[in-house]
Amino acid sequence: MRYAETGYNLEIDLSSGNIERVETDPELTELYLGGLGTNAKILWDRVPPEVEPFSPDNLLIFSAGLLCGTPVPGANRTIVSTVSPQTLFMAFSMMGGFFAPELKYAGYDKLILRGKSPDLVYLWINNDRVEIRDASHLQGKGAVETAELIKQELEDPRVQVAAIGLAGENRVYMASIEHGRSSASRLGLGAVMGDKRVKAIAVRGTKDINIARPTEVVEFCHNILEYIPERDSNPIPGVMPILAGLGSPKEMLIHDEKWHTENFMWGNARTRQKDYWTKDIEEKWKETQESVRTRLISCYNCPMKCGAIISVPGISTYMMKCFSKLTYTMAAYSDLEFGFKIAQRATEYGVDGFSTPQVMAFALELYEAGILTDEDFPGMPPDNEGRFYWLLDRIVRREGIGDVLADGVYWAARKIGKGAEEYDHNTIKKHEQLPLKLSMLNPIYFLMWATGEKVNITQIEGNFPQAPFPTREEREEFVKDWPHVPDDKFKEYFVNWELRGENAFPYYPTVEATCEIVDWQETMHYIDDALGICAGLSSFPLKPAYHINNLPTLITAAAGIDMDKDKLWEIARRNRTLIRAFNVGRGLRRKDDQPPENHWKKRFPELEEQLLDEYYRLKGFNNDGIPTKESLHQLKMDYISEDFEKRGINNNGQS
Amino acid sequence: MGKVKKKVKLIKIDLDQCNGCRACELICSAFHAPDKYSSNNPARSRIRLISDPLQDVYLPVYAGEYTPAECMGRDKYIIDGKEFSECDFCRASCPSRDAFKEPDSGLPLKCDMCEGEEEPLCVKWCLADALTYEEREEEVEEEETPEEMETGLKALVDKYGLDNLIDGIARISKKE
Repeated sequence: MRYAETGYNLEIDLSSGNIERVETDPELTELYLGGLGTNAKILWDRVPPEVEPFSPDNLLIFSAGLLCGTPVPGANRTIVSTVSPQTLFMAFSMMGGFFAPELKYAGYDKLILRGKSPDLVYLWINNDRVEIRDASHLQGKGAVETAELIKQELEDPRVQVAAIGLAGENRVYMASIEHGRSSASRLGLGAVMGDKRVKAIAVRGTKDINIARPTEVVEFCHNILEYIPERDSNPIPGVMPILAGLGSPKEMLIHDEKWHTENFMWGNARTRQKDYWTKDIEEKWKETQESVRTRLISCYNCPMKCGAIISVPGISTYMMKCFSKLTYTMAAYSDLEFGFKIAQRATEYGVDGFSTPQVMAFALELYEAGILTDEDFPGMPPDNEGRFYWLLDRIVRREGIGDVLADGVYWAARKIGKGAEEYDHNTIKKHEQLPLKLSMLNPIYFLMWATGEKVNITQIEGNFPQAPFPTREEREEFVKDWPHVPDDKFKEYFVNWELRGENAFPYYPTVEATCEIVDWQETMHYIDDALGICAGLSSFPLKPAYHINNLPTLITAAAGIDMDKDKLWEIARRNRTLIRAFNVGRGLRRKDDQPPENHWKKRFPELEEQLLDEYYRLKGFNNDGIPTKESLHQLKMDYISEDFEKRGINNNGQS
Repeated sequence: MGKVKKKVKLIKIDLDQCNGCRACELICSAFHAPDKYSSNNPARSRIRLISDPLQDVYLPVYAGEYTPAECMGRDKYIIDGKEFSECDFCRASCPSRDAFKEPDSGLPLKCDMCEGEEEPLCVKWCLADALTYEEREEEVEEEETPEEMETGLKALVDKYGLDNLIDGIARISKKE
């Protein structure tokens, strides 16, 4: 019997309509766990570098994490993987909600889509009965609307739906896959789904998920359920509100946006408004948020209330989480009310709340600079907010300038030319980043921005504090109760870390310590993404419920895989290396591992080179950022070296 | 039959507090797995969250008595502008819907308040405080409660007819 996982994938060839239930190899679970890990292995095996994102041979994989559908609180993430039309590297984006557990209860760990449907369809997965259904009546419908219509059509309110909106149908590179309060938004997954002509996937499952050591798992869960409220009622002092407790940033609960509005940049990642957060603004924003927020809601089997139902009078109700309330607001130099309003339309269209507002702000900058002119914006209203709605409507339909902008800032800038490239100042590996521009180089964040395979800072940062606390006493207090560290040396790194002086940025933490801190934080994300545990209870917050010292026990008890800390660390490293290797096959090299040039004012080129050298060494990559023969052998992935050799990719060199 | 004192177990359900996570369904199904906690499957749960997020409807309902026939009429309730069907509030395992039935056998399910536990597991797992547990003593008429097997058998009689059921049992006993 298979534990925690079902042991089956559902493979659908959209070109031929062939549907297969395929048993999986338990040895792959031992090596890669599941979720992102096994997704990456499938993509490595079946999607070679020659396959383009919009080729029928590209795969779109929806995977439940290994622990989804078990009683483990917060294990509900769906990991969606494919090749990104924007970065041309592996795209992986996660979503919470209810989709992954439902897929497991239907009897599958993964849904693997290949080929292209001749017509727009939706998939109906009802336990063993799987149908490809006509979706012509859903063409052009909003993502939220589509989910509702499908539930009505299937006459079952318990069906879970993941859908694309107009943006996905039109292969907009910022297109998301929307699912209730959640979405897999980054890197253009919705565009690949649209390219495959799949409007939506509906799942319903009524089967059992088995557990290897039931009593141990439930006891573990009871401890987690005791820890969560205890930790939440003891917020960490000295850090901004959203980082003080657990959860994915609780943007729906928290009103205090002083930190984001004053530290993040407005417009096209351009202007900092240092004294923005006045009493008046605070009161107005609080009132706005409370007037539109109907209820705080959660994902499957999780007590954190990171999402909300949002009802703005006069427009349809939708659900929101995290940060999108601010991204449109700040890109448009507007206010929170605008943010909540435009996010409704954006959610129905199904677009990424990070990239989309930046692309629009970028376009308006080009307009102001005279690079784009009135001819590019026929009929655009004169008011600021009206312009954002107008641009959003054009982008998702790929109309006029919208067609150019729909590829994101990097590609649009190159298509427009005439110096537009200069305004592309906030992308890494062709992907829009958080709007942050800072002063002094932060070596930890330098490495995370530069090397993160997800190209998204929130998917790599986490367990180590973002900045030192002002006094040594505070730091000593913090490390006193810190069982989460993989090694006691991390406590020392933190205690000795100062805001100013010798033990401050950029030379402290030291190069070695910096790499270890990054390695730890990154490892935790790779573990979560394989298990399907939400980062909000694990790799993202300080002092989370799950950590490297308690997860091995849980994996052993739930999945029946003999696990310890070292073995788990190695699996995370294997998965991370595999994704790097996939991207190396598509041309990724050291030169791409760079944050935006103006991310910090004070840069230290020599130190930055040392940081990359040491990080690569620690990760088992050579100096060009390519996993070495030796490290691939240690990780039991000699097959990658063999492929590199055939392709003439040199992965010799010290690691 | 005389009057007896009876401990009444009570779960208070606060709809305003529900966050829609369905931990209650999950742990209920795990607790009642044939081998305790060895598997889970919300379709087997004795509590069900009726939810419609866009209408802000969040309504946990517990499985009560099995009923062989569905109601003649279906009324609707409008509460604070939200629409509920009468069935939403109904605890019965009934032919009109798939709730509160074992997905494989179709046998009816009924909440037993997690006999033997300090408090029902759904309450323990509800950190949102939508479900809270209370006990109170009441004087009630003594009565015999049908055993679980009998309830199950009655449901099977209703579903397949007494003769068919007897034939079926006879066939099975020959095989074993």
